[in-house]
Amino acid sequence: MLESLPKHTNPEEPSKELVPVGLNSATEWRKDRLYVALFLGPSLLILSVFVFWPMLKTMYLSLFLTDNFGHASVFVGFSNYLNLFKNPAYLSSLGATFVYVIAVSILTIILGMVLAVVAQQHLKGIRFFRTLFSSTMGISVSVAAIFWLFAFNPSVGVFAQISQALHLPEINWLADPHFALLAIIMTTVWMNLGFTFLILFGALQQLPSSLFEAAEIAGVSKTAQFFKISLPLISPTLFFVLIVTLIEAFKSFGLIDLMTVGGPNNATNLLVYRVYQDAFLNGNYGLASTESVILTAIIAAITLIQFKLLGKRVSY
Amino acid sequence: MTITLKQLAKKYDESSQPVLKDVSVQINDGEFFVIVGPSGCGKSTLLRMIAGLTSITAGQLTINGQLANDMPPKDRALSMVFQSYALFPFMTVAENVGFGLKSRKLPAAEIENRVKDALAMVNLTEFRLRKPKALSGGQRQRVALARAIASDAKICLMDEPLSNLDAQLRAKMRIELKQLQRNLGLTVIYVTHDQVEAMTMADRVLVLNDRKVQQVDTPVNLYQHPQNAFVAQFFGTPQINLLSADVLGNELVVDSTLHLKLNGNLNVDNKVLVGIRPSDIQIEIGPKNANARVTTVSYLGDQSVISAVLNDTQTIRILADSTISVVVDDLIKITAIEGFDVFDAHSKEFITRQKGDLQHARITSQAY
Repeated sequence: MLESLPKHTNPEEPSKELVPVGLNSATEWRKDRLYVALFLGPSLLILSVFVFWPMLKTMYLSLFLTDNFGHASVFVGFSNYLNLFKNPAYLSSLGATFVYVIAVSILTIILGMVLAVVAQQHLKGIRFFRTLFSSTMGISVSVAAIFWLFAFNPSVGVFAQISQALHLPEINWLADPHFALLAIIMTTVWMNLGFTFLILFGALQQLPSSLFEAAEIAGVSKTAQFFKISLPLISPTLFFVLIVTLIEAFKSFGLIDLMTVGGPNNATNLLVYRVYQDAFLNGNYGLASTESVILTAIIAAITLIQFKLLGKRVSY
Repeated sequence: MTITLKQLAKKYDESSQPVLKDVSVQINDGEFFVIVGPSGCGKSTLLRMIAGLTSITAGQLTINGQLANDMPPKDRALSMVFQSYALFPFMTVAENVGFGLKSRKLPAAEIENRVKDALAMVNLTEFRLRKPKALSGGQRQRVALARAIASDAKICLMDEPLSNLDAQLRAKMRIELKQLQRNLGLTVIYVTHDQVEAMTMADRVLVLNDRKVQQVDTPVNLYQHPQNAFVAQFFGTPQINLLSADVLGNELVVDSTLHLKLNGNLNVDNKVLVGIRPSDIQIEIGPKNANARVTTVSYLGDQSVISAVLNDTQTIRILADSTISVVVDDLIKITAIEGFDVFDAHSKEFITRQKGDLQHARITSQAY
């Protein structure tokens, strides 16, 4: 952003036309600074009020014990942090969150990719399926939750009926601590698919057909074409989808609140939900702030690592 | 490697008009064969049918005696250079050139050798580790060429490979391409919309227009003996003059002031098209006995193209020595027409060629 600013002094730029000929460069510079302030001011103000200030306040609160109204009362330094990492419930939340995030990201991208490849084939009625595949994008969390609550219902749900028909042991998906997280993962992947499919499909459609024709003439198999041409070419898009899915997964809240309320036995009590519980149900704002700061740090660290590790490989 | 096309046709769906019909031609071993025509004439479709990238609706395609209508592209033993070059942006130059070879499971040493030779042939050896993004347009074009060379296929299809280059580079590459083709003994089928490319490079040219083959011939014959008005108009710069004329006994009346004499009678209705090359017209400047008025003068260096309007409003282009001093609105007199072709006014087919000289053209004057 800042690098592009000196452009305003470029004689080709329209802004120069506003300055009458003969004005010295000091006046011009002052004028440019005014423009800079005018352009950046509104967004800086909004960001400060709604992002920067709450962030700083959260960091501040994470070092305190708080009263019922969320005001800092006793300074405790880093003991909130130390206590959290000694708390087995918090550590199990952390573990569940990582399982959830990794499973959701991998499944979403693989399934999205499969759907995108299928939708690319020239089959009859494929337009209908393209619409269908991307349709979960338009479904709200609450609708999805109701839909899947029915599906997982132990007496009338689709899954129960299938396992009955196949004489498999009955699973009470959402009430069983071993399966509740899996159920939430499945639902999240389903919700994510629409967006992921659309982005990946768009990326595949944009690839120049001559590359594949050249490969066809050279005798490269369809499978090799996918792994050696398509995948490397859409790697920037895959990277983008991976980061978005990962961050979204870390922030998952709605589905958990509507489907399991963090249960059974804290099996689906992921980090964000725990923040919500500690702050708004237990009234422990200091602790909740600490948890928020840790979550933010985790997401920032992972994003940074991804950029460092993958960044080099995905650009060509 | 000969390729034979027999009444090849292409329709995209049952109900619609064919985009190509009745294409029959034999392409000989080691020939530089150019398919030329205006945009949308179906020339790329024809090339893609030969490559196997587009299906053949009707007719027969034989490659080296083998029916190839439904043969997969990789079995046709050909390589292709695309207009966009089709280079893989994430691979180096060497990887791009060797890409097809790897999938054919050739030994690594041989792949390396072929890549090395191909890159040397197009003078890109020192760029072998660069990515396509770090190359100029002409260099990318040569990488695509090297890939075709490395494949060792004896037939090479080229789809407007030079059209993304600037004019000077294009002229240079034309010569390089032609040399390469001759040295390697390749059979090249080359698609272009550029008549100059077709004329300068081809052994033979197939002229395609309006879904049909117009003429298959050597560049010399296309220019000197066009089979119809389209071919006559397509080749040669500046374009041939196509003037409508009335047949009056053994004379063609192009204009009230310009009559052309025929050797014998024509068996046609009273209207024909007369094709006169701009270089076959001689003029005199000055109002004396003038029969045309200059409307534009385009300076080309040693020559100039003069457009003039005849008495009865038909426009005629004349290629003259640029030492001639003429400006817009000058009056000129056409003094000689050295030869002309006569085409049917309706079918546009060739009827006769007449070697004209001063006696044959009866030019009445003082129209202006």
